[in-house]
Amino acid sequence: MTAASGVDQSPEVMLSADVLVVGGGLSATWAAITAAEAGVGVVLVDKGYCGASGVAATAGVGHWLVPPEFAAREAAMSARAVQGGSITDRSWQERVLDETWRRLPQLGEWGYAYAKDQRNQPVLRLGHAPHYLRFLRSRAERLGVKILDHSPALELLTDSDGQVAGASGYQLRQAQHWQVRAGAVVLATGGCTWKSKSLGGDVNTGDGQLFGAEVGAELSGMEFSGFYGIVPKSTSMDKNGYYGFATFTREDGSVIDGALFASRLPLLRASLEGPVFAQFDRAPRENWQTMRGAMPNFFMVMDKLRIDPFMQRFAVEFVLEGTVRGTGGLRAVDYDCSSGVSGLYVAGDVASREKIVGGATGAGAPNASWAVSSGTWAGKAAAVHARKQAACTGRLSGAGRVGLRPSGSAERGLDSHEALRVVQAELLPVSKNALRTGVGLRSSLTVLDSLWRDAEAGLTGVGRDLVRAREAAAMLAMGRWAYTSGLSRTETRVMHARTDFPERDPAQQHRILVGGLDRVWTKPDSVLPVLGGDWQAA
Amino acid sequence: MIEIVSAERCTGCNICVKICPTNVFDEGLEDVPVIARHDDCQTCFQCEAYCPADALFVAPMRTPAEPGSEWRDEAALKARNQLGLYRMRVGLNKKNVPELPSDDEFFAVMQAIPRR
Repeated sequence: MTAASGVDQSPEVMLSADVLVVGGGLSATWAAITAAEAGVGVVLVDKGYCGASGVAATAGVGHWLVPPEFAAREAAMSARAVQGGSITDRSWQERVLDETWRRLPQLGEWGYAYAKDQRNQPVLRLGHAPHYLRFLRSRAERLGVKILDHSPALELLTDSDGQVAGASGYQLRQAQHWQVRAGAVVLATGGCTWKSKSLGGDVNTGDGQLFGAEVGAELSGMEFSGFYGIVPKSTSMDKNGYYGFATFTREDGSVIDGALFASRLPLLRASLEGPVFAQFDRAPRENWQTMRGAMPNFFMVMDKLRIDPFMQRFAVEFVLEGTVRGTGGLRAVDYDCSSGVSGLYVAGDVASREKIVGGATGAGAPNASWAVSSGTWAGKAAAVHARKQAACTGRLSGAGRVGLRPSGSAERGLDSHEALRVVQAELLPVSKNALRTGVGLRSSLTVLDSLWRDAEAGLTGVGRDLVRAREAAAMLAMGRWAYTSGLSRTETRVMHARTDFPERDPAQQHRILVGGLDRVWTKPDSVLPVLGGDWQAA
Repeated sequence: MIEIVSAERCTGCNICVKICPTNVFDEGLEDVPVIARHDDCQTCFQCEAYCPADALFVAPMRTPAEPGSEWRDEAALKARNQLGLYRMRVGLNKKNVPELPSDDEFFAVMQAIPRR
């Protein structure tokens, strides 16, 4: 193996911690806070700036917050089970609802200045995104968490027993390598949008999923990865909820039939034939002010564009939000969010959210509650695990390979920009990722598998380009897992739409696991969905 | 995309350099940060929200504006109070803390979505 990247030289920054949290968004900060509350030393490394990066800081946060009353909880859980294609797990849903209900009010005890409504009551369900994330950062710092910003991780480190014992990475602004030895690691790096320029999503490149797979963790639900957000044309502003109030039209003004919430396929198909327009003409006028107040970022963009979305129709298009609004990711094997690999825990969008929302998007509340809950569980379990570890002073090995340590058998290197271009050409188009066919998926996989072999041989870089090379490797791995899972699910279930298998197949009412690097495999999850109540039937 | 760093307004605090999630800015030689990696901008508006001097303008477009574009016309955008607009809307400028709808109110609005 060659080591041209500098990754195998001794790093300029060397730290140790009980718990290392990789990521800086909602689940990462909750994990760091929880671990610090347990009294252990915590380091958090963020690719961007903890408090501003990740989709929660930018998009706005609503929590799935349901009072612990039987009827309300049953209705909330059953609705998500049905919408999600009946592959959810009721015990996980219950735990998320309980944990969110317990955890969120603690913000007030810590001094969080909730936004107030007209009656001066704190607004709990609807987080005020930039304030909320900034507050979580300051809470973590107050508890002694050491934060490294602009410090993307490049790989996990393992000890001689194969336990995860830290990570290493690169500080973009200082141009130096870092290494953190830790008793346990929480991956909270978010989902993957394949750098589609969706709102706040470009930092979500699937890094954590690749790191996890490199030490043997498995993924689940990767076929639910083709979610496209609606944006005003040419913008990044993918706020989807309000489009339920929209009438969608073609250029000539004819209405595109098909309710948005039943299926997005009519809209996605129409977008392949010509421009699509929307207007929130079905929103009652008395709601307009409330709608403006609840989504300041969307209306900021519309005001900059000088468009009144209630009164004027405006062109829209679709931007891939991948597994951020999709649900696939690393599989948490237990309620403590352990990954199945000793010393490694998963939180937030890096993990599969199928058990909560199935194959439907968890955006717009469940994802945020999942981040709070899984962050809490992973942070706590990581602290407990770290306490049991003797201080690890032995030699650690880097688990990273593709993009980091090329085998060098290629005649020429592979540039990260070129690799990303090829990955995006297969993942970003609506025609390939939203409207899937067996033929199309196989064709894409041929391209991606071939690129993986080239990347294995020659993809790397130095400094900032090394980070880009690893991101490209991660997005490539994510693409192969997504499409291999998509190929194995020979039916249409919620957001996974196979145009060659347009019906739901009751025999496939299970989750699909996926994993592997050089050879990607899939298999049905032997842990079956748990629906409970009266909605057991698919 | 970030299009304007107003030299007239910028105080050289470099908060934008520090908080940009995709590391678009570098510290400039004359205190005013420079847009060093424009293509990396993800149009997330965080810099506009964090800038205490309302010196930044993020155009809504997710690809860079052409020279001469309205999104680079600092004078016209200032005249329309567009610099720092997001900061004002999310209440990070303290002077203007916006009201959020209550949990119940927002829930009621979303329940009103027609299901056809």
